[in-house]
Formats: sequence, C-alpha cells, structure tokens
Amino acid sequence: MTAPLLSVEDLVVEHRTPGRPVVRAVAGASLHVAAGEVVGLVGESGCGKSTLARAVCGLHGAASGRILVGGRPVTPLGLRRRDPALTGVQMVFQDPYSSLNPRRRVGAQIADGLRTAGDSATSPADLLERVGLPRDFAGRYPHEFSGGQRQRVAIARALAARPSLLIGDEPISALDASAQAQVARLMRDLAVESGAGLLFISHDLSVVRLIADRIAVMYLGKVVETGPTAEVWADPRHPYTRALLAAIPSPDGAGVLPAELPGDVPDPADPPAGCRFHPRCPLVMDVCREKEPDFGPVACWLHAPEPSSAS
Amino acid sequence: MTAAPKTAALTIEGLRVSIGGHDVLHGVDLTLEAGRVHGLAGESGSGKTMTGLAVLGLLPHGSRVSGRIAFGGRDLLEMPARELNEVRGAKIAMVFQDPATSLHPMLTVERQLTEHMRHHLGVGRKEARERAAGLLAKVRIPGPEEALKRYPHQFSGGMRQRIAIAVALACEPEVLIADEPTTALDVTVQAGILRLLRGLCDDLGLAVLLVTHDLGVMSAVADEVSVMKDGLVVETGPRGRVLREPSHPYTRSLLDALPVPPAEESR
Ligand SMILES: Nc1ncnc2c1ncn2[C@@H]1O[C@H](COP(=O)(O)OP(=O)(O)OP(=O)(O)O)[C@@H](O)[C@H]1O
Ligand SMILES: Nc1ncnc2c1ncn2[C@@H]1O[C@H](COP(=O)(O)OP(=O)(O)OP(=O)(O)O)[C@@H](O)[C@H]1O
Ligand code: SF4
Ligand SMILES: [Mg+2]
Ligand SMILES: [Mg+2]
Repeated sequence: MTAPLLSVEDLVVEHRTPGRPVVRAVAGASLHVAAGEVVGLVGESGCGKSTLARAVCGLHGAASGRILVGGRPVTPLGLRRRDPALTGVQMVFQDPYSSLNPRRRVGAQIADGLRTAGDSATSPADLLERVGLPRDFAGRYPHEFSGGQRQRVAIARALAARPSLLIGDEPISALDASAQAQVARLMRDLAVESGAGLLFISHDLSVVRLIADRIAVMYLGKVVETGPTAEVWADPRHPYTRALLAAIPSPDGAGVLPAELPGDVPDPADPPAGCRFHPRCPLVMDVCREKEPDFGPVACWLHAPEPSSAS
Repeated sequence: MTAAPKTAALTIEGLRVSIGGHDVLHGVDLTLEAGRVHGLAGESGSGKTMTGLAVLGLLPHGSRVSGRIAFGGRDLLEMPARELNEVRGAKIAMVFQDPATSLHPMLTVERQLTEHMRHHLGVGRKEARERAAGLLAKVRIPGPEEALKRYPHQFSGGMRQRIAIAVALACEPEVLIADEPTTALDVTVQAGILRLLRGLCDDLGLAVLLVTHDLGVMSAVADEVSVMKDGLVVETGPRGRVLREPSHPYTRSLLDALPVPPAEESR
C-alpha cells in the first residue's frame, strides 16, 4: 500500500493563553487522506476541526503526535520560512476574509495562485467562471462581494495553485442549496481528477454525504468514528454520530424542530474523564466513566474491536 | 388559520437599493410579525443581506435607498441618524452572516455584551455581568463566567456566532434580523439555537427575519417563507405551501437540488 497523502497521527494541539487553562483543542486525533480521496470531517462546533486543519497547514504547532504530507513531516510555519512539505497544500478558511487580502483585487490574488502552479494558460477570469461567478468580478475587492460570492472567490484562489492536498474549512457554507451541490462537486472533481486529496470540513451533512468517500466524526478533540460515507450514514455506530445524524432538520415543510443533544457542550480545557462523550451519552455504562475508549474505527465501548482477530 | 390578530412589527415596502450605480434591490416587500419567524431564502447575491442592512441603516457608503421601512409608526428610511442609532441595537438587532462583522476583535466578550445593556437598558455593572453570563449559557457557551473574559479569536467559528447571537439578544429587541445565524454551527448546536429562537418568538413575541439557505432549517422554524432572486422577492407564503407546493420555478429548483433522503431512495 502506498503511503497516504496526509497522515495525522495521534495529534495533540494546544492553545495557550497566559493566565488561562490550556485548551487542548485537538487531543490525540488520527486521520488519513489518500491521493484522489475526499474525506469529510464533521463534528460539534468547537470540537477542534479548524485547529486540526490549521495544524496541517503549519499554522499551529503540534504538542505531540505528527503530521505527514506526502510522507514528509510538517513543521510549523515561522521555524522555516516555507516548509517544503507544505508547498502542495492549499486551505480555504472558514472565514473567507482570512483567505483573501482585503486590499488587493481578487483577480490579482487568483493570478498569484496560477503563478505558483506555473499555469500561464488559465486566466483568473476563467477560474471565476468555473466557480460560477461573472468573469468581470476579477476587478473587484473582497468587500464588494456577498458572503457566498466571497467563498467562491476563496475557492477559485485555492484551486488556482493546483494543490495536491486541498483543505476546505466550511468552504461553501454561505451558498444556496443548488449552488452548494454544484461547487462541492466541482471541488471534488478537480481534486479527484488531478489525483489530489480533499479534506472537507462541513456542518452540512447532506453536502458531506454527497461528495465524501469517507467520513471522520470528531468529538471534543478526538476522531470518534471513521468509515466509508455510505456505511456510516446507513449504520452510524457511535452514539454521538447517531445524535448528529438525528439532528438534521428535514425540509418537508412540517415545522418540526430537530432533536437537540442533551447536556452541556463540554469545555475542552476540562474534558470529562473516561469516554469524553459519557456525560451526554444515552447509552453510558460504568466502564465509560473510567476508561477512555482509545481505539478505532469506532471509539466507543459498545464497539470495542475483537480481542484478537489477527490472522 | 390562527385566531389571534397578527401585528405587523416591521413592514418593508418597495425597497430599492443601488450601490455605485448598480441596482441590487429592485423593490422588495416583506412583512415581519410579532411572535413569528419569517424565513428568507434565495440565490447567493440576490440581496438578502442588503435587505437586512437597509433595515438597520448600515448599507455600504455610496448606496442609494428608496421605498419604505415602517417600524412603530415611523419610516426608518426617513429617521435622523441619531434616532436610528437608538432603535438599532435596542429595538432592532442583527446577527450578521459573518461573526467577524458582529464582534469587535479587540474587546472582551463581557464588554461587547454589557455595553449596550448598560447604555440602552440602564442596568448596573454587576447586573449586566450576570445577565451576560446568563445569555452565554442560553446560547450554550461552555464555562460562561470564564468565557466573559476572553476575546473573540479565542473561540471557534461556531462559538463566535453563538456569542454574536447573545450580543444581539442582550437588549431584548423587538425585531431580530438573523443572517445565516446557524450556517457556522453543527446540527446539534443548530437545533439548540433554533429552539432558542422559536422560544423567544413564542414567549416574548420577538419578530424574526431569518435569512437561511438551508431549507431544513426553514422548514423547522419559519412560519412564513419568502424566496429572493435577483433583488426581488419572487415568492412568499406559509411555510408548508412554499416548501411543498412552490409556485416559482426558482423555489422548485432549490427543492429539487436537495439530496434525496435515504428513506425515499429505496422507494
Ligand atoms: N460593497 C459592495 N459594492 C458593490 N456591490 C456589492 C457590495 N456588496 C454587495 N454587493 C452586491 O450586491 C448584491 C447583493 O448582495 P447581498 O450581500 O445582499 O447578497 P445575499 O443575498 O446576502 O447573498 P449571499 O447568500 O451570498 O450572502 C450582490 O450581487 C453583491 O455582489
Ligand atoms: N486562539 C485560540 N486561543 C484559545 N483557544 C482557542 C483558540 N482557537 C480556538 N480555541 C478553542 O479551541 C477549541 C477548538 O476550536 P476550533 O476552532 O478548532 O473548533 P471547530 O471544530 O473548528 O469549531 P467550529 O465548527 O465552531 O468552527 C474551541 O474550544 C476554541 O474555543
Ligand atoms: S463509550 Fe460509553 S459513554 Fe462513550 S459513547 Fe460509547 S457507550 Fe457512550
Ligand atoms: Mg472551525
Ligand atoms: Mg448574504
């Protein structure tokens, strides 16, 4: 088997603020993305998805564990100017303002990406067109766009650089339903056709379901379930995954409020002992309060792997 | 349908906006009623955010506005800037699509929550602080007391949006304009926010304009639904009718774009 394009192994990332408890935003998470594969990363708001993504881009250092891109370890930016492992990585940030320079016309910013890729055949206007924007928008500044238009620009800029690993952090959250499906498919097609990998972070599970080959579900700093998208969808096994899928509101016009997950959103600075989900889990058992289920693909004592299936 | 008389909290009539000579709204009509959620969907760039900004008098510089926005017997478009400032924040609040716009990066969460309260409601420092912690708990920020001391960048994207919602609710407004308030949230936290919004409408008579492209969200909380395209409202009506029997082709195309739920696939 070839090495995956991206491996995140037992990654721990901490946010430190003077005078406050350390926030362990990513607390031993593992994740893999193969070339040509789309992995959807989902989970509760604040569970560490963006922190993980930013660590992969070298924007946060790892407290422990490691990140390999194309087999090379990623070191945080600033230690070296541009880590060679990162040249093929592009990220579309959750807040599109972070992906774009407010003082430069978007056409010029897309042109930078094209130059990085050594692409002289494509023009910024071509890319705008591909993401569904008028060609003459290249002359505008980021603030002259609507929320959804700005997200499309951020995607066009990232795609221009022809990344081998594209990370989208809520990249299409502001688009309407029909545009979401279209832009998500575009991201998928461009990644898969060129053999790149796509790590797609989204709260919109219907979009993840549409484009992801595999899905990774994160809860409070850990990946608690991974599997092929269709399988997880048809048979979610971790109780948190079940709660997540059950909370998707249905567009049937019936006016039914979706189910809420009971209990408080936990503070990552002070995570519960044992299974991190136990205070909110409807199926909690004694063992859950004491021992952390530290295994995959489903990190839950109800789904512990067989003691020995070595053959 | 309901026996209770409906009260129009805010009425938008023939709203036109142009920015730099470019028309973005071509005569928008919308009515918000006390205790009701009015859902606004529509194409990206169709003018949903501009409609909200016009109500608050926050359109970009160089915009030209005409039409009428009636609130409490007055036309907001005619109101002097100083009076409009009093209405905005205290009686009409907005949650922006991008939480970075709602929150000041250099001020602690406590300052942002208590400043308006102290100014508009005239409550003291201690009471304001207690109310602020209560609001954070309501929008489900873990460790509300501790969170008050932090700055926006120390929270995740979804948490920032929840704080922005708390700031908007701080002065107990009569009208809330919520621009994609749950887009940055996962579905379980979203469910909590939708229940919170619904409760504020039902219990306190808040009138809500909820901009969302998520038709599931629309279906869960909106009483009325309007759909915008190219600077115009192309369809408006009760939730059940618009989502089940849309009359405009664009609304139909939105519904058709939805991935088919598994239960129906197997039929
Ligand atoms: N500062 C500006 N200058 C010129 N045009 C602008 C400016 N801001 C927005 N626009 C344009 O106004 C139109 C309406 O924008 P608006 O932000 O209201 O759209 P929206 O319906 O909220 O879209 P989205 O769902 O993408 O947020 C868009 O076509 C946009 O390009
Ligand atoms: N700069 C920072 N300083 C301190 N804490 C931080 C910082 N950035 C994030 N955090 C905390 O780390 C945790 C994880 O944040 P992160 O942004 O990774 O979450 P997320 O999964 O992307 O959430 P969302 O879906 O809401 O965007 C949160 O509890 C957040 O408050
Ligand atoms: S390990 Fe126990 S508490 Fe945790 S999810 Fe499984 S059953 Fe629930
Ligand atoms: Mg995030
Ligand atoms: Mg908008």
